[in-house]
Amino acid sequence: MAMRYAFWPGCVSKGAAPELYMATNRVARELGIELVELDLATCTGAGVIQEQAPELADALNARTFAMAQQLGLPLMNICSTCQGIESMVQDKLAKNPDYLAKINDILAEEGLHYTPDLAIKNFLWVLVEDFGLDRLKAMIKRPLNGVRIGPFYGCYILRPSDILGIDEHPGRNTYLEQAIEAVGATPVQYEGAKKCCGFPILTINRENSLKQAGNHIHEAQDLGADALVSPCPLCHLNLDAQQPAAKSVTHYDIDLPIIHLPQMIGLALGVPPQEMRMDHHVVSTKKLLDKLPEGVPA
Amino acid sequence: MKVKLKVRRTDPEHGAAGYSQYAIDMPESSTLLDALIQVREYEDGTLALRCSCRSAICGSCSMRVDRRARLACRAKIITVTGGDEEHEILVEPMTNMPVIKDLIVDQELFFSKIRQVDPYLQPLGPVPEREYRVPNEAMIDLTHTMNCIMCGACVSDCTVLEVDKNFIAPAALAKAYRFAADPRDGHTHERLEKLSEYSGIWDCTRCNMCVEVCPKGVAPMNRILQLREMAMEAGIQNNAGARHTNIFTKSIIDGGRLNEVWMLPGSVGMFNVPRLLVEAPGALRMLRVGKLPLAQAIPPGAPGSHKMQGMDRVRNVVKKAALLKPKRAEVTD
Repeated sequence: MAMRYAFWPGCVSKGAAPELYMATNRVARELGIELVELDLATCTGAGVIQEQAPELADALNARTFAMAQQLGLPLMNICSTCQGIESMVQDKLAKNPDYLAKINDILAEEGLHYTPDLAIKNFLWVLVEDFGLDRLKAMIKRPLNGVRIGPFYGCYILRPSDILGIDEHPGRNTYLEQAIEAVGATPVQYEGAKKCCGFPILTINRENSLKQAGNHIHEAQDLGADALVSPCPLCHLNLDAQQPAAKSVTHYDIDLPIIHLPQMIGLALGVPPQEMRMDHHVVSTKKLLDKLPEGVPA
Repeated sequence: MKVKLKVRRTDPEHGAAGYSQYAIDMPESSTLLDALIQVREYEDGTLALRCSCRSAICGSCSMRVDRRARLACRAKIITVTGGDEEHEILVEPMTNMPVIKDLIVDQELFFSKIRQVDPYLQPLGPVPEREYRVPNEAMIDLTHTMNCIMCGACVSDCTVLEVDKNFIAPAALAKAYRFAADPRDGHTHERLEKLSEYSGIWDCTRCNMCVEVCPKGVAPMNRILQLREMAMEAGIQNNAGARHTNIFTKSIIDGGRLNEVWMLPGSVGMFNVPRLLVEAPGALRMLRVGKLPLAQAIPPGAPGSHKMQGMDRVRNVVKKAALLKPKRAEVTD
């Protein structure tokens, strides 16, 4: 049966990381996953609107959930931050039925209603839990043998673990390593993999933010990583777009390509890198692409 | 049950550091603390660790177990290893604090930060003839933070403290919430002003690590978010953190989705030329590879700013959701 998802692309894939949007759609097509994009859905608030108007953030997210339910589809996102916020809002609404009823009153004005039983999954979870890594392995045209890739999860796809379903799905905190192995690459184990990239405070405390990014990149590179892969475009922005700045703040000699999860999968499926805009990163991905066993297919 | 331990050893007096490995037999019901005490009593008397109550209430035996801060007395071995007797448990002292010996750290940094937030009630006005009468829900809300046993797990694993020792850090900020949000306290505004300064509430990255490692459900990061909400409500907004949440929210209310281009000038200040110049090379690098979305060139709220479709419906949600905000509890007569 064809896999279909209501698709929340997130603000960043429609803004500063258009390569993620492109790669996701390209790879979904390759995998036979149909994505029904929610054009009318808004930002999750990323935990920032929550700092002054948690009620607004809850209502906007419930609205997105209701849109997916109206389509009768599970919701897929491509951002760890979106995942965490959506899971946290879902948990809060499920625990407070009176509050949910008030939010549903607001949604009713546009014919929407949210019942708390929606499956919400980041592309990483869709890949492992719904699609299956064995099925993925069978489709691989260009295994990334010999390439060493460090996982970078993004806080909100891991924590709080009880709300992120890691108790029911104990492997969720190793899915990235599993995906890296499934495409034939070798995962690099390093401490920073599950820490914060620093992005949320980039405009608030630049030095701390860049030190966090620089430290993780340096650690992974030191352990022999050829690239980092992340299911979170916010992490991507701090690790890729801010990498030259992180380099000057930390004085570490870093130069490490940072790729999006769908780009890694796409490479292994034989999708040409330019169809996933891999030439549109601040840190050039050329070093990584040159390392691919059979070179880059034209 | 066989138990394998790899324990980080530090002896600053003799300048020694390394790991000791132990393999012992323990009953299935044992905690990690039981195992460490067993080691100290029967295998290696030089192993130093701190512990007292053995029942997760004194907060003494916090340490890192498989690279995560926890109370040794609350860590069942069978849960840590998942029942795999070959799993060697990595035991290390807490991080972000200097090691005195082996698993014992110097907690001065932890307590100095607690002292920094004036952790006591400061009522204003005449003392009531009888007791202060406080609404139930206000005190229920504070029970989270009152559960803190000062074990230091959140401070050990704080990802901001790792790069900046000045950060007030989760435990003290949760403690600050405990008093700032107490309806009896008379210095809430001053507290919030102080907490909004550099190294305070806005320096937290919201990484959820403290929520994850806290053994008592204090969820410090959630208290930090509540402090931010209180500071915003109190109008303490002349700082980068408050400006960031303002421009972010404004961008969603205006266009439905984030205007990334205006996040930086909106946060650091539109006229903060030195800071904007620092960011200019980065912006140019992003522009060069198509990572600066030019569709968002007009600031949120200005004519012609970028909007998603269906904004009239979003505006209705914005208006109605504002009415759901609960009123803050106050002391009653």
